[in-house]
Amino acid sequence: MSIQINNVSKKFGSFQALEDVSLHIQSGELVALLGPSGSGKTSLLRVIAGLETSDVGEILFDGQSMIDRHPKERNVGFVFQHYALFRHMTVFDNVAYGLKVRPRKTRPSKLEIKNKVMELLRLVKLENFSDRYPTQLSGGQRQRVALARALAVEPKVLLLDEPFGALDAKVRKELRRWLRKLHDDFHITSIFVTHDQEEALDVADRIVVMNNGKIEQIGSPDDVYTNPKSPFVYDFLGNVNLFKGRLHNGKLLHGEFAIDVPDLQVHTEDQAVGYVRPHDIQIERTNVSGTVPVKVSHIHLLGPIVQVELRREDMDEFLEAELTKEQFTNLQLKVGDHVFIKPKQLKVFIPEDFSI
Amino acid sequence: MSSLTVNKKTRRIIPGFHLSLGYTMLYVSLLVLLPLSMIFIHTMSLSWAEFIDIVTAPRAVASYKVSFSTALAAGLLNVIFGTIIAWVLVRYSFPFKRIIDGLVDLPFALPTAVAGIALTSLYAPNGWIGQFFNFKIAFTPLGIIIALTFIGLPFVVRTVQPVLQNISAEVEEASASLGATRLQTFRKVIFPELAPAILTGFSLAFARALGEYGSVVFIAGNMPMKTEITPLIIMTKLEQYDYAGATAIAVVMLVTSFILLFSINLIQWLANRRFVH
Amino acid sequence: MEQSTFIQQVASEKNNAVTKSAALQEPRFVRYTLTFIALAFLAFFIVLPLVSIFSTAFQKGVGVYVAAITHPDAMAAIKLTLTVVAIAVPLNAIFGVMAAWALTKFNFKGKNLLLTIVDLPFAVSPVIAGLVFILLFGSQGLFGDWLFEHDIKIVFALPGIVLATVFVTLPFVARELIPLMQTQGTSEEEASISLGANGFKTFWYVTLPNIKWGLLYGLVLCNARAIGEFGAVSVVSGHIRGMTNTMPLHIEILYNEYQFAAAFAVASLMSVIAIITLIVKDIVAWKSKSA
Repeated sequence: MSIQINNVSKKFGSFQALEDVSLHIQSGELVALLGPSGSGKTSLLRVIAGLETSDVGEILFDGQSMIDRHPKERNVGFVFQHYALFRHMTVFDNVAYGLKVRPRKTRPSKLEIKNKVMELLRLVKLENFSDRYPTQLSGGQRQRVALARALAVEPKVLLLDEPFGALDAKVRKELRRWLRKLHDDFHITSIFVTHDQEEALDVADRIVVMNNGKIEQIGSPDDVYTNPKSPFVYDFLGNVNLFKGRLHNGKLLHGEFAIDVPDLQVHTEDQAVGYVRPHDIQIERTNVSGTVPVKVSHIHLLGPIVQVELRREDMDEFLEAELTKEQFTNLQLKVGDHVFIKPKQLKVFIPEDFSI
Repeated sequence: MSSLTVNKKTRRIIPGFHLSLGYTMLYVSLLVLLPLSMIFIHTMSLSWAEFIDIVTAPRAVASYKVSFSTALAAGLLNVIFGTIIAWVLVRYSFPFKRIIDGLVDLPFALPTAVAGIALTSLYAPNGWIGQFFNFKIAFTPLGIIIALTFIGLPFVVRTVQPVLQNISAEVEEASASLGATRLQTFRKVIFPELAPAILTGFSLAFARALGEYGSVVFIAGNMPMKTEITPLIIMTKLEQYDYAGATAIAVVMLVTSFILLFSINLIQWLANRRFVH
Repeated sequence: MEQSTFIQQVASEKNNAVTKSAALQEPRFVRYTLTFIALAFLAFFIVLPLVSIFSTAFQKGVGVYVAAITHPDAMAAIKLTLTVVAIAVPLNAIFGVMAAWALTKFNFKGKNLLLTIVDLPFAVSPVIAGLVFILLFGSQGLFGDWLFEHDIKIVFALPGIVLATVFVTLPFVARELIPLMQTQGTSEEEASISLGANGFKTFWYVTLPNIKWGLLYGLVLCNARAIGEFGAVSVVSGHIRGMTNTMPLHIEILYNEYQFAAAFAVASLMSVIAIITLIVKDIVAWKSKSA
């Protein structure tokens, strides 16, 4: 089922949770809503589910307006942030709930319900836990029960609110691979909310980056990571080094640092900030043109990658660079070394469209 | 692009808002607001001078003093002993603790009239306890204090107990590790955390004591000017079909308890604000 | 070695009161003094009154006791009390659930005001609680003339007693449920609705099982107060023996007529109810904690 969100706005009292949000999601896509807390991502998810009503705008499923539809008529499976499992029901009863509460006419028989529930429990690898209560399960198991419960009503759209938020790192990684696989097998249009950029980059087909109730950027994981459209997206997706300087004759100047920025030649003498990812910082032993002298102040070896903390010698600022183990060995870096750096890739934003 | 759709109706997803709120409003309007407003409407039939005359009559003023001072004394007794009981129940172990803990709620469960006659017979001059004292307890303000202490006891214990349970051992350990003595830890670490609960317990007990009737009438002796409590004045006036008089006194009591509740809420609000920042 | 330290640890956790260091524990004599004070206080204020009730009740023998509680007036009082409770408690239970639902599942203007109004009966003296119904339905009251014309009796009759009892016990169930439902939030209800359940099914299968122990706890408290209410009922009952006397009022009459043994006999009956209330309350509290 495709989802079309047109100009949706929502206010809670004086707080603007969503401001003129428009988004088109294709049938079978797996989309991540990514943003910090208060960015409106959960509100958008709840508006799609019908758990909140938008003040303005419309929601279309396959071209049909959902605005006046009750959540139960939207055919949506919702996985809640803290799972919202029915704590007095067993795992089996939790998963069976959506089928049991159907009006008699459309309710499957007891046997059908049982078969369906057991099939789902096998899918989430919990067939041996059907008699347990939610309190007797681990976080990851509860998460899977919540997912099975949402899938039991055969939704056309699956909405997940911070699905892995409350889990520890290892389980989280496992579950998100599993979610990806589940999605590839079933092809239900799925939207999940997360504040974890790694999770979004890892799982989603497309990422919608949100901030202050607005959409900052929509794109594939690769696209939003390598071509961020705003300083906010740059900063939110991964670490970044800032070069706060000014534009002059098509160059960004900052201390001894000067680099060509051909695409921004129009604005001269403007304040501007250059954004450089740590892995886009190239370290040289010799002073080539366009480099800045730095001193190595810290080296963190993190398995295959090496994080190098550098202190600029022309001003009191720190930079962070990431090298592969191989590059690191070739350079033979030691703390205290004087070296030179050069950004391989840099994106410049004029402070007017700043949001940080 | 289509023009903006404005959704005027904000639908509530969880059902029953209008039903439950409507029912609640109707219920409290008919059973609380309408009846209570009668007190104020009925007082309107009195002129201001008449009203003042009734509520400042010497017998009425004496009853305010009795009610207020005995309720205050009982409240303070409950603060002291209620806190000790809560402390002992939370911190120490001794035989039959669970049963004793349960018994603290007896004043909530026991009808006030039953408590009244039991306490009266115990503290009467020839009673089990009264006989050991060479002064009268029942039929004096002391008796009233005893009845009101009984009634108010669970309020302090039950508000202090959970707070005491929730004070983490780590805080006390931190205090001890920084060199504080046990008494210093209590005064500077534990007591400040208990204080709001003690205040709440006191105010609940005090408010209840001001209006209490059943347990007091038996033990008080009900001598005008000496051991007559304000609710009893209302009762007496009612028995003489002096509805206007009864209502006037009721206004005084109601206003007093509202002011009391309001100021307690205010104090608590101020205290909470201090902790938040 | 491993195991013995583990056992020691478990043992010390079990009675940490004993093994705590001096800095975390009061000196022994302080502990004993405080325990003594607490137990002595409870003995004088709770245990002795309770013992005296039963002792006085049986003072003149079992015969007098049985006669007192099987006397027609006593039986009438018991019947009246049970009738009042059977009407007032369910009314306030339904109200409590409705009010808690409205006040915890939704946000609206004036919520705090409504909460205060629900609590109001706790702040009102029982005598005033009775008085207000006299002012409404008494012969000089607002509806007095109309009621007289239509020959309907409210005060000095069963309806008045019920009304006064409802007023006094109104907040009990709501007060138990509101904080409970507040901490439970609305996500389970939302989950139920997103899975297709309607409002009634959501309440019945999801909300009710979650609040059942709190509801029962509130019911037990409400019930105890409804049985024992004295001041409010005393004002509206008219004290007609065998007709409008509830159990507490019957005790008062017997006591004032110096029939102490009989008064305490009926009182002992009510004390038994109170003790059962405490036990049920304890079980319910324990259940709700473990649930």
